[in-house]
Amino acid sequence: MMAMVSGPWPWYVAGPLIGLFVPALLLVGNKVFGVSGSLRHSCSAVIPGRLQYFRYDWKSKGVWNLLFVAGILVGGLLASHWGGPQGVAISEHTRVALAQLGIHDFSGLAPHEVFTWRALLTVRGFVSVVIGGFFVGFGTAYAGGCTSGHAISGLANLQLPSLIAVVGFFAGGLAATHFIIPLLW
Amino acid sequence: MTAPATTGTQVVSPTRRYGAFLVYFVLGVGFGIVLTKSEVLSWFRIQEMFRFQSPRMYEIIASAIAVATFSVQLIRRLGLKSASGELITIPPKPLGHGVRYAVGGTIFGLGWALTGACPGPLFALIGNGLTVMILAVGSALAGTWLYGFLRPRLPH
Repeated sequence: MMAMVSGPWPWYVAGPLIGLFVPALLLVGNKVFGVSGSLRHSCSAVIPGRLQYFRYDWKSKGVWNLLFVAGILVGGLLASHWGGPQGVAISEHTRVALAQLGIHDFSGLAPHEVFTWRALLTVRGFVSVVIGGFFVGFGTAYAGGCTSGHAISGLANLQLPSLIAVVGFFAGGLAATHFIIPLLW
Repeated sequence: MTAPATTGTQVVSPTRRYGAFLVYFVLGVGFGIVLTKSEVLSWFRIQEMFRFQSPRMYEIIASAIAVATFSVQLIRRLGLKSASGELITIPPKPLGHGVRYAVGGTIFGLGWALTGACPGPLFALIGNGLTVMILAVGSALAGTWLYGFLRPRLPH
């Protein structure tokens, strides 16, 4: 039991739990599980400008989603305080491959060589955080959903558009991993 | 919808509405915990996945989709109503030319591998103390805004 609190959860616990958020949100308030909508709602609330895309009633459509996202942040905070062994036990092959790219610190959730405020002054830090974040925001808005909205909710609802989006997710992810990262780092 | 859901003559009281909002927050907390304890928010796990060096992420995603699909089909068959009193319906996604899904999806995929995080994990990482991800969220907001700006000129 303590291992469940301190250590990482096995896939057969984690995966089904993630899937259960879909019926939970539907049963609570007929809401479709998704996270990236919160980015649109935030823009709509703060800087809608005259853009059609942001001109809708974000209070009635988006407050639940913004609260859900605020909860995600707090959940991360709580879970991080439960301690347990630091570092993610990735495969030895991945360690070797990443070491060749100059990653030697495997102690956190993301490499400290790249994901710190200081590292923003390096090419790989800037590309990973600023450019990567930008692509996440633009891509998810263009595609109309992210991993939660398309890969989980969309596929669960047997939507062809979501299948196309998920193929795109992997095409982009593979291209970044095997071409862009080795090239720029 | 946050507007009082009317079921026949019944109107959902304000207390129930705020109660529902609290539920969304609590569900978010649960999701943040799951994202952390499953390690799917880790850049290392995402690299491992895109390098096909461990089945773990695929097992998590596949089992999540399986449970979600089964639940959605069950809810539909039973014609269930939500606690807010509405008949549960999931709006279909219009296919159009499919360009937005292929191109937008690929752009998102590039960002997913570069940051090592999709939107949910970005927020969970900030909670985990990776404060530099606040800037990644800021960048994502800029990206979303630019899409809103370019939208009339983009193929969909």
